[in-house]
Amino acid sequence: MSTIQLNGATHPLAEGTTLSQLVATVTGRELLPTGKPADGGRLGVAVARNSGIVPRSQWSATALELNDDIEIVTAVQGG
Amino acid sequence: MTQTLTQTDPLVIDGIPLGSRLIMGTGGAPSLDGLGAALVASGTELTTVAMRRYSAPAAGSTGGTNLFDLLIENNIRVLPNTAGCFTAREALMTAELGREALETDWVKLEVIADEHTLLPDAVELVEATEALVARGFKVFAYTNDDPVLALRLEQLGAAAVMPLGAPIGTGLGILNPHNIELIVSRASVPVILDAGIGTASDAALAMELGCDAVLLASAVTRAQDPVAMAQAFRHAVIGGRLAAQAGRIPRRTHALASSAMEGRPDL
Repeated sequence: MSTIQLNGATHPLAEGTTLSQLVATVTGRELLPTGKPADGGRLGVAVARNSGIVPRSQWSATALELNDDIEIVTAVQGG
Repeated sequence: MTQTLTQTDPLVIDGIPLGSRLIMGTGGAPSLDGLGAALVASGTELTTVAMRRYSAPAAGSTGGTNLFDLLIENNIRVLPNTAGCFTAREALMTAELGREALETDWVKLEVIADEHTLLPDAVELVEATEALVARGFKVFAYTNDDPVLALRLEQLGAAAVMPLGAPIGTGLGILNPHNIELIVSRASVPVILDAGIGTASDAALAMELGCDAVLLASAVTRAQDPVAMAQAFRHAVIGGRLAAQAGRIPRRTHALASSAMEGRPDL
């Protein structure tokens, strides 16, 4: 089975999945092609793919590849 | 009184006026609800967050499940930090993730030497400050209470310097008030006392020493009554600021009567 690494864990990869689809699945929010949530709110997450940041505007144009290392991060409590 | 002060004495950083000189961290709070109440009670308008892997909110949780949403709801500006970074390289990557996720180029730069002391690593801190400024970040540099290093960070383009009072989470207060005073006297960017604050008098002292603001987290979030402690800090920072501007009396060796000796009745 094709897989990627998602936040340090192995995750199945369906062929042709875009980064935008992955972020939408993980966050449970529908995303516009701009990478912004369709509900008009702010998503508050950032994505690194193979240690490089992918701006939200490029999520829908980025197809995931076998063994990609994806990190999806957000704001949590911290000093 | 608080209202008047917040309107007439804003802290201006990077051209942005902040009505409160108390900057809150969000670390250490046992629940998001409790944290929200403490933040509101503190009157803060700027609050730090850490950047970590996304995890879905717990099933069945209602409203305000998300820290970022909580801050937006309360109209509090967000300051992403680079907590947990040991190298300039990690800090740069974390800062970039924060900028992308939270749509701000402000960053609290924290590059620590080891987990035991959590003290800033001066060498990595200098390197990271220079690189982040070059990339357009507004750097709030968390630094040692070292007047030489603080000035270096300012010269590298830091938007604010944040000397520690004592190591993170210790609540030991301000261990070297002389150094803090020296940092303030030579700085031309805002000086924010960060870390080590234990109770209200520590924050008041920071302001009396001339600091422009105070940043604290554990002192509120780990207090027995976080909301009451947040209110205490809100007033302490205002009190300390007023005292700093009011011109305290000189210290004297001997007493000086405040009641006139003249005109005493013959008893």
